Amino acid sequence: MMKNERKITFLCITIPILALFVCFNTIPLIRGVIYSFTNFKGFGKYDWVGMRNYIDLFSDARVGKSYLFTFKLAIVTTIVVNVISLLLALALNGKIRAKSFFRGAYFLPNILGALVVGYIFNYFFTYIFPALASMVGIESLSTSILSSPSKAWIGIMVVCAWQAIAMNTIIYISGLQTVPEDVYEAGGLDGATGWKQFRYLTFPLIIPFFSINMVLCVKNFLMVFDQIMALTKGGPAQSTESISYLIYNNGMSGGQFGFQSANAVVFFLVIVFVSVAQMKFSSSKEEQL
Amino acid sequence: MIEKKNTNWLAMALLILGLSTIAFPLYLTIVIAFKQPSEMTNSISGILSLPKTWSLSNFREAMRVTNFWHSLANSLLITIVTVVLSIAIHSIMGYALGRNKAGNKFYSFVYLFIVSGMFVPFAILMMPLAKQTAEMGLANWFGVILLYVVFYMPMNILLYSGYLVNIPMALEEAARVDGASTWRTYWKIIFPIMKPMHATVAVLTALSVWNDVMTPLVIMAGSETNTLPLAQLNFQSQFGTNYNLAFASYLLSLIPILIFYVICQKQILNGVVNGAVK
Repeated sequence: MMKNERKITFLCITIPILALFVCFNTIPLIRGVIYSFTNFKGFGKYDWVGMRNYIDLFSDARVGKSYLFTFKLAIVTTIVVNVISLLLALALNGKIRAKSFFRGAYFLPNILGALVVGYIFNYFFTYIFPALASMVGIESLSTSILSSPSKAWIGIMVVCAWQAIAMNTIIYISGLQTVPEDVYEAGGLDGATGWKQFRYLTFPLIIPFFSINMVLCVKNFLMVFDQIMALTKGGPAQSTESISYLIYNNGMSGGQFGFQSANAVVFFLVIVFVSVAQMKFSSSKEEQL
Repeated sequence: MIEKKNTNWLAMALLILGLSTIAFPLYLTIVIAFKQPSEMTNSISGILSLPKTWSLSNFREAMRVTNFWHSLANSLLITIVTVVLSIAIHSIMGYALGRNKAGNKFYSFVYLFIVSGMFVPFAILMMPLAKQTAEMGLANWFGVILLYVVFYMPMNILLYSGYLVNIPMALEEAARVDGASTWRTYWKIIFPIMKPMHATVAVLTALSVWNDVMTPLVIMAGSETNTLPLAQLNFQSQFGTNYNLAFASYLLSLIPILIFYVICQKQILNGVVNGAVK
């Protein structure tokens, strides 16, 4: 009888919460997949169009461009962020004064809202940096980089990195703290110092933290939205439209509800594929140790 | 341990230099927020100089234009209610799933089903959810809270059921022998023990909700309700070329989270690390 009471209580907890999850996660997901086979505009009547949206998707230049842009941004930002974070973490974990002050200060950008940070940097890129550049005499930077189709993505990368570095640094620091001091002492006896020490001792030991950062970075940057909204709104000449921004912009107000649903389904599969591949890859790396 | 306290001065110098990339934008934000449009010149001194007077008029005007107190109240309401509901709902769900998923097909399926929700990007849910919340009469702050509770469920359940592994079953069994119901045992014994995880969940959920733009943008579009970030987005056009007013408004929207950070810095750092590493 006691056992039954436990069983019933657990069911009474699980079922309503599961229902809530299904209602606002699973059902919209299924509806999204269904809409992707229609020519729905977001209102009014719609017809089934079979695979048409998916076929159109692969020949749509704007969609292709947004995938290229998003992946370029995600890959470059991930590399930049991880290199700088790792260096920062090594410095912050080293023999320095005022450690907790520095750690606190370096984490600050991460807690600020990405949209407002984006607006602030938008102004800097538009007015302050060009003014400083022309004063110093660098002609190529005397106009706003956000208004150049070939350079606007760099501005977005800088803002994404400015906030993400804070997060990744903190994770690397907690990784470095798991490396016991005697590993360095033993390594020192074998002549492992400086770069060698990092390459053969430190880095292999913090690979789990490296994988966390890679997964976090790639996933977050592939879904980039706020920064685009605040900095370029996809411009100039649609050169900085991220996938999320395109789905939002054309799907919600551009009358492409059905077509962008198909785009979202493909995007979902891409995210799942990238995440699973990363996890497979990093767990195989960890096993080798 | 006998250790010589050698300060690495090269690292110190680089760290201080690096800090300027954070301090400089913040300094400019504060200075611009206080200046008058006539003080904004394109010379280097015009950019870097302190404002002539530290007048609060920009802030008063920004508060009026963006209806600051209204947005602040909405942001606080949404964040606090979401955090409270997340701690209550996600912890008990994490408990129910964590205690039963070993050896029970139904619970282990539900666990995997919910946790794999982490891979679902908002982009695919956004359009159907905008429709669905409108149909259900939930295109308002309450709908936004419900959605947050669902969106953060996968991550938080992962955290809670991971933490549960450290709590011995013997505690619950002892309570059961004393005749306490499962429900009572949970709230009296397990819930208080999970306190460190509540702190992590609260920090992670609060930061994400507070700064989120997309969910309220999609769900509450057209309603009069703004959150703090949403107000910046919606009033962007009203600032026009008065950047001082805009910056005063940006600064106002950053101040609450800055205060929170100064007070709870340690908890925030711990929470973020715990959340990411587990």
